[in-house]
Amino acid sequence: MGFLNNFINGISLGSIYSVIALGYTMVYGIAKMLNFAHGDVIMVGAYIVFVLTTGAGMNPYLALLISMVACTLLGMTIERFAYRPLRGASPLAVLITAIGVSYFLQNVALLIFGTQVKSFKSILEFPSIKLAGGKIIISDETIITIVVSLIIMIGLTLFVNKTKPGRAMLAVSEDRGAAQLMGVNVNATIALTFAIGSGLAAVAGVLLCSTYPALSSQTGAMPGIKAFVAAVLGGIGSIPGALIGGLAIGVVEILSKTYISSQLADAIVFAILIIVLLVKPTGILGKKYIEKV
Amino acid sequence: MSSKPKSKLLKKDTRSDLITYAMVLVAFAVVEIIQATGSMTSLMRGLLVPLCMYSILAVSLNLVVGILGDLSLGHAGFMCVGAYASSIFSVCTRETIENPWIRFPIALLIGGICAAIFGILIGIPVLRLKGDYLAIVTLAFGEIIKNILCSIYVGYDSKGIHMSFESESSLGMEMDGKLIINGPLGINGTPTDSNFIVGIVLLLITLFVVLNFIHSRAGRAVMSLRDNRIAAESVGINVTKYKLIAFSLSAFFAGIAGVLYSHNLNVLAATSKNFGYNMSIMILVFVVLGGIGNIRGSIIAACVLTALPEVLRDLKDYRMLMYAIVLIVMMIITSSPKLVSFREKYGLRQFIKTKMANRWTKEVQ
Repeated sequence: MGFLNNFINGISLGSIYSVIALGYTMVYGIAKMLNFAHGDVIMVGAYIVFVLTTGAGMNPYLALLISMVACTLLGMTIERFAYRPLRGASPLAVLITAIGVSYFLQNVALLIFGTQVKSFKSILEFPSIKLAGGKIIISDETIITIVVSLIIMIGLTLFVNKTKPGRAMLAVSEDRGAAQLMGVNVNATIALTFAIGSGLAAVAGVLLCSTYPALSSQTGAMPGIKAFVAAVLGGIGSIPGALIGGLAIGVVEILSKTYISSQLADAIVFAILIIVLLVKPTGILGKKYIEKV
Repeated sequence: MSSKPKSKLLKKDTRSDLITYAMVLVAFAVVEIIQATGSMTSLMRGLLVPLCMYSILAVSLNLVVGILGDLSLGHAGFMCVGAYASSIFSVCTRETIENPWIRFPIALLIGGICAAIFGILIGIPVLRLKGDYLAIVTLAFGEIIKNILCSIYVGYDSKGIHMSFESESSLGMEMDGKLIINGPLGINGTPTDSNFIVGIVLLLITLFVVLNFIHSRAGRAVMSLRDNRIAAESVGINVTKYKLIAFSLSAFFAGIAGVLYSHNLNVLAATSKNFGYNMSIMILVFVVLGGIGNIRGSIIAACVLTALPEVLRDLKDYRMLMYAIVLIVMMIITSSPKLVSFREKYGLRQFIKTKMANRWTKEVQ
């Protein structure tokens, strides 16, 4: 039964990873850049909810909504002022800027909130489910996390495939130049991608901190990087791939923490990244592109 | 330009390298003079070895970022490997090899080679790929190596070496056993073999090797990979081989810097302050501010940015925020396509060039 409990915890963590991975995979697919700051937008989103609920005593769901709006704006601001001037520059320059933005957000949070780790109060208050005579306990956070990430995943898939802005995203990710010639506003599409990714990051931040309630300026960094691993594993640029990759990474992390060693769990996750990159660099569901000269 | 008189004795590259060496030597001489007159504060004296260490780190990272064109965020990790490997050696042989002139060079080699081995291990899978994966994997490596070294207990006794992840008592050592790595408390009793002169010598060696590597056949191959991988591949340059050479060389010198660090202090413990992500970012800031690909600039930036917050104490809280802003602003200024084309049109250098050209045509007329 212990194994099953751990497995469920892994699925719960994996669902959070897949929501975060969505942000990475969309931005990577469309803007062709690794948005290092994505993990730190999660941290900002969690801090906003923390301040509004614990500090100002606001309704948690309203706080979540405000946090989503704020993170959306933050994502668009970052894109406008840090990444857009560098469109067409070398990938190295873009990557270093993204690291700069990530470091900037972390240190602003550090200056405002200090080094002390805050205890985040879960915004969910539902009873947990007990199965098999109380041997398997599924907490409310787990259920909500899994349900929310499924809803987000389905909604996003529909949005990308059925709506006009969504199809513009597909077009830009396929061929930016051709999309522009067909009348797609590339800048607006990339900004929209950042907006959606950052809004989802706020949700992911609250889910993450509801399950693991320690909030500090470093909260988003490691989950962000692991979510990137999940995105690579699932196939970068693919929405269902983010779900599969996220769940796999979450389960592997929890199981190796329990059964192997908590120090080596991170190393195992990154070993997966290296193996995927060596064996199938396109990931599970990724498409292979032939490089033309 | 063929009419230019051939009065220059040296090639442009050689001249630039000599200026770099001269700069280091002049800085060394200035520091020695200040020290001789006795007007150096203990604060500044404590900064001398770290300055050398940061310069070595910046030069070695510039080899990856500037020459290879990839990004390593785990330089602190390589440094950590070098520091621990050499410290273990020095602690174990403290009694057997008493002469630091023999012990320390061996420690340096051990630290550097261990770091280089880790560089190769990480480089083989990752350098074959394009894109930003090297940054992610090296970042992960840096964090993992720090966490592992922070929680490991190692000791040895008559039965051999014992290792544990739990506590000192779980090692189960004999009475004569000696603890080497004490978990989060790290390694105690490393001989303090490094000093400013050693640091300067190591910096000069690093510069000599790195600069000569850049101008060598291998260095040109690496740079051609950076500029156009497909073209370089199609003229027969072995991508993995040359990337791996540059990357492991860089890791080697990061390890050397780690040795310098660990032998400067008596106690070595892996914390997020000395071997964490922040350290890797700080080295990257040195490289970016000094100019990507500019070795001399890296040293200057490392010295300025290390000395500045110590002098201006009020800035201390905002130091890391400043680093973040340096990264973003420097990248936008140097790489934004719009600003680059603007500079090409109206920049100072261009302005002087057109002015000279006008004067020249006038003189001809």
